[in-house]
Amino acid sequence: MQHVSAVREPLVTGGKTYHDVTQDVCRQVEAKPNIRWMAALSVALFFLGIFLYSVYRTLWYGIGEWGLNKTVGWAWDITNFVWWVGIGHAGTLISAVLLLFRQKWRSSINRAAEAMTIFAVICAAMFPVLHMGRPWLAYWVFPFQNTFGSLWVNFNSPLLWDVFAISTYFTVSLVFWYTGLVPDFATIRDRAKGPIAKVAYSLLSFGWTGSAKHWSRYETVSLILAGVSTPLVLSVHTIVSMDFATSVVPGWHTTIFPPYFVAGAIFSGFAMVLTLMLITRVVFKLEDYITLEHIALMNKIMMITGSIVGVAYITEFFIAWYSQVEFEQYAFINRATGPYWWAYAAMMTCNVITPQLVWIRKVRYSIPLTFILSIIVNIGMWFERFVIIVTSLHRDYLPSSWVMFSPTIIDIGIYVGTLGLFFTLFLLFAKFFPVINMAEVKTILKYTVDNGPTYTGVDPHANHGHQTTTHGVPANAPVNYNKHD
Amino acid sequence: MTKRFALGIFEDEDVLLHAVENIRAAGVKIYEVFTPFPIHGMDDALGIERSRLPIAAFFYGMTGLAFALWMQIYMLGFDWPMIIGGKPHIALPAFIPVSFELTVFFCCHGMVITFYTISGLYPRWRTPVLDVRSTDDKFVVAIELNEKSDLNGLTKLLRENGASEVNEKEMTKN
Repeated sequence: MQHVSAVREPLVTGGKTYHDVTQDVCRQVEAKPNIRWMAALSVALFFLGIFLYSVYRTLWYGIGEWGLNKTVGWAWDITNFVWWVGIGHAGTLISAVLLLFRQKWRSSINRAAEAMTIFAVICAAMFPVLHMGRPWLAYWVFPFQNTFGSLWVNFNSPLLWDVFAISTYFTVSLVFWYTGLVPDFATIRDRAKGPIAKVAYSLLSFGWTGSAKHWSRYETVSLILAGVSTPLVLSVHTIVSMDFATSVVPGWHTTIFPPYFVAGAIFSGFAMVLTLMLITRVVFKLEDYITLEHIALMNKIMMITGSIVGVAYITEFFIAWYSQVEFEQYAFINRATGPYWWAYAAMMTCNVITPQLVWIRKVRYSIPLTFILSIIVNIGMWFERFVIIVTSLHRDYLPSSWVMFSPTIIDIGIYVGTLGLFFTLFLLFAKFFPVINMAEVKTILKYTVDNGPTYTGVDPHANHGHQTTTHGVPANAPVNYNKHD
Repeated sequence: MTKRFALGIFEDEDVLLHAVENIRAAGVKIYEVFTPFPIHGMDDALGIERSRLPIAAFFYGMTGLAFALWMQIYMLGFDWPMIIGGKPHIALPAFIPVSFELTVFFCCHGMVITFYTISGLYPRWRTPVLDVRSTDDKFVVAIELNEKSDLNGLTKLLRENGASEVNEKEMTKN
């Protein structure tokens, strides 16, 4: 049995019963699509169209459609890749790390956050695949016999590590998310009226019945998945940072990158979770499940990770000076005062100063301010990647090859296009899938102060003694658990 | 094959947990308990053995690790050795990331596939359930009935232990 302090804010407000949870979450799945959803989907599909057009131009005419040049061979593509992967990390942090730390407030946000992870990784994967120029040969990144190319893949290369890291991360996140969805699909299936919905959700629910044995295994699987996802999510952004850190480019070649990138990833990811949740809770009327308390807690994580990122920026500068390597020093002076000073200023303002505002309680609990902050942080984190990548490359060792980078309309099209892809997927998810993990929210319902012991008229504290479960069962009780499915 | 069940419907998980213990103590065999969410203590109350999935997960992970190391060492060390960046052919530190990722990959997918297989969970066109409310807000104790079953006695037992209703239901299992 759990005990919740009376001074704790309730996790779910409004005195909900189990049935209320089912009703509130299933409502938008069962209702006809409303006009706001249709309007949002139309906008997302418009941007998806821009994405498809930009991809067509990239594939038909080649990478020359992008603004890359001989000096800056990596720019928006890798910036967007790292940005999207980073956003994805918050979902895994909520679903895995907070599960291990038994943070019960994660229950009402983990489903949507994990969906965000999956869609963000899909968007991220677009960039390296498109940068290949010939994505139909993308399977060459996997270790196939050399009749496909000429050699085996190079296992010493961080870019190949990335292939393994991102593929593992994507599939593990997908499986984790789906396994959590199965019981909720069963709930929708058992409520479904229409024949199509009945069949569709029966297929999706894998024949889940909620039997005690299945729940027991389900809990074990969730715990182990959380256990392996935690080091996995840290390894993914570590490996992404190694794409840079293992090179010899001044400004990239630093040992601080892995922790710095992981913190930055969680920072931007929580900003995106906040952006999405603030909209979702209003549109689907889920204010009782995603409360101001949830928003404040997420704000706190954003502030902590944002502060880690701020310290990392300053450390980089210090180390550049302390190392006495003139190229390293120039790279950092150029970052702050060179032609890309505005990008650096944007990064510093958005990522170092804004999260500090969260120290103020009023800001933490304010919905409009949090929304604005979360957008600013996402912009700032995009600039961080742009600053690291482009400013380190555009002035290399040979001043005669110093250039500036400017994106083409196709670069911009692919970037805003992936936003369209992301929101299309998220809107479809929000309409057809339960956006809140009903089963998990029901487990915490009784132990949230708002419901307390009054729920269903039965006082759990009145049944003293039975918590020590097995003592009531005599040793010779029949072993009565049938093996059947 | 058609089976008959007595279904005790409960409203509260703490009442249910207590009832399950008492029903077992009375020597009645419980066919299955259906709940809308996992209930802590239910494993002990029902006498469900602890799952061995973590052990399976460990061995799947070890398989992944062994496969990853074999693959990298064989491919770069023996099949087509090359000098890359002045490193030895078998540069173990550089093999760590891929080895780690494949360990996680095998561990996760092996365990999840095992979970779905042993639980008999797979996509199906229709899913018959004994009481549709058991995925919403009711807790259902199913007791299998045969010719000798004393339905009145079972009803009384379930009622005494807090069941809000007791139903009889037939279900055809293929």
